[in-house]
Amino acid sequence: MIAEHFPALIIVFPLITAFFINIVGWWWIRPCFYMSILALTVSFISSIGILNTVVTQGVIHYKLGGWDPPWGIEYVVDHLNAFILVIVSFIGLLVGIYSKRDIEKEMPQKIPQFYTIYTLLVMGLLGMTVTGDAFNLYVLLEIASLASYALIAMGEDRAPLASFNYLIMGTIGACFYLLGVGYLYIVTGSLNMADLSELLPKLYHSKAVLVAFAFFLIGIGIKMAFFPLHVWLPDAYTYAPSSVSAFVAGTMTKVGAYVLMRVMFTIFRPYFSIELIPATTVLGWTAVAAMMYGCVLAIAQRDLKRMLCYILIAEVGYIVLGISMANRMGLTGAILHIMNDALMMACLFSVAGAIMYKIGNRDITNFRQQQLNKKMPFTMAAFTITALSVIGIPPTCGFFSKWYLIIGAIDAQQWVFAVALILSSLLSAVVFFKVIEQIYFKPREPVRPHNEGTHEEVVMDEAPMSMLIPIYIMVGGILILGILSGQIISTVIQFAVPASF
Amino acid sequence: MIEYIIAKYNYWAYIVLMMIGFYAMIGKGNLIKKLLGMNVFQWAIILFYVSTSVKKGGATIPIIQNGHGPVTHAVDVAQYLNPLPHVLMLTAIVVGVSTTGVALSLAIMIYRKYKTLEEDEILQIEEYEALEPEE
Repeated sequence: MIAEHFPALIIVFPLITAFFINIVGWWWIRPCFYMSILALTVSFISSIGILNTVVTQGVIHYKLGGWDPPWGIEYVVDHLNAFILVIVSFIGLLVGIYSKRDIEKEMPQKIPQFYTIYTLLVMGLLGMTVTGDAFNLYVLLEIASLASYALIAMGEDRAPLASFNYLIMGTIGACFYLLGVGYLYIVTGSLNMADLSELLPKLYHSKAVLVAFAFFLIGIGIKMAFFPLHVWLPDAYTYAPSSVSAFVAGTMTKVGAYVLMRVMFTIFRPYFSIELIPATTVLGWTAVAAMMYGCVLAIAQRDLKRMLCYILIAEVGYIVLGISMANRMGLTGAILHIMNDALMMACLFSVAGAIMYKIGNRDITNFRQQQLNKKMPFTMAAFTITALSVIGIPPTCGFFSKWYLIIGAIDAQQWVFAVALILSSLLSAVVFFKVIEQIYFKPREPVRPHNEGTHEEVVMDEAPMSMLIPIYIMVGGILILGILSGQIISTVIQFAVPASF
Repeated sequence: MIEYIIAKYNYWAYIVLMMIGFYAMIGKGNLIKKLLGMNVFQWAIILFYVSTSVKKGGATIPIIQNGHGPVTHAVDVAQYLNPLPHVLMLTAIVVGVSTTGVALSLAIMIYRKYKTLEEDEILQIEEYEALEPEE
């Protein structure tokens, strides 16, 4: 039965296809895109199959090579990572389709290389999500990171420098994670997450375990761009190619948040990370700082992509805040926000890419002059709907996750957190209405003198269909998943929250 | 105090090496020096892993002598080193080498663009370009 092997197939198929894309690309460039899409489609279908199996039959344990855990590598899929798998493979597939025209324009001579590395990146993130082995996670984390360094460096002029800085920071993060694994291995002799979770409680007062936990938090914090460790993100994601920033902004930080949850609530029991040491308090207050910092700096930006990068830093703050509340509502909000934010960020960066594709400039103050509302009405409508979702206007999905987060803050009796959530929503309203005003409402500056009298009609010049359709699928997701969020929580998320909450 | 350091000298060595690498990554302005610092940092962690598998008292490589003979030997844990950290570090070495490869190719791209690898000079060129756009 092929359905049994979905957890391996989701990784192995893109991995092997990536090599074939490279080989085929030497002679024939056309099939590269289709091979990549085929691999991503297989991953997406497998992840849907996995989610279906998990919902109907419970947790999947897949032993690679037939070795029993804890000696062999085991892939464990429960409700939490089945959910994240679907999100990552879905965004990967959509951005893959979106990238076709963008890459043809941005780097026509590097198409095979782009699709090879892009497929590897998606595979690395899926692998990080599916694995149940702490060291295997490190290897897949490095595959994903190396792929993202290479992809970011393909971007516009300042991209190599931004990518280099990201590489230095990212290596520090990955090495800290590796050290954390090493310390746990010294005291327990195991690398399997479930096994570690059994062995660790007796050792919770050991200094080595505390240090390991600190290394994990810092390492993952760097990888997910959590506030004081975010410095690499704005440059790297601003100068990356449009499709790359759409995918990495949507998923990479979210997978980081997932790994943080795994470490805090699976490898270490909630008792350790909540009661024994004040990790959640520290994370919570830093998350508040991240939300404020991200939103305030976003207001100051003129570059649309850089503005979205700061919004992304604030969004990471939301997710970590939800995790740090350590109650059922807060975690539900955090997991729901992982999904919503992946869709919203991928959609916003895709829109920024579509603007770049048509106008070649993403300076916000330039939008009115370009008459974007008439030139690209559909893209701008998508931008507006997604912006409303980031702010948290009711029918969109952004509202629901913020609602759960605020209820979680009230349940935890952390009034400052609730106020901070509302305040940062207001700040992001300022950020996005500034852009929406530029697009729709600002009067156009007077026409240049030599052009006077000939008031030319602006012709509609929309982004190509292969870009618009993925954008609109994401917009549809934002609208529909908001309405369905109750159902998603009752079928998936309520089982993804650790049982002790 | 001195006995404390000597008893766990492998950990102290890895910490010192790691901090040297960390300083180079954060404090140095030259991109190649940063890269070398990154290598020292990664290799320090590899040394740490490998040194954790050492056992005192004559433990050797985990190969069972006369393992194919008629008598099956019971394996005494104290006689054999733990091979797993070494195997893990093979993977980490591969990762480290490929990271270095990517970083070196990025350094080449940066050098082609700016004709320098000093971070402060690159930032000066950036500022200059921001003030006077080429168009």
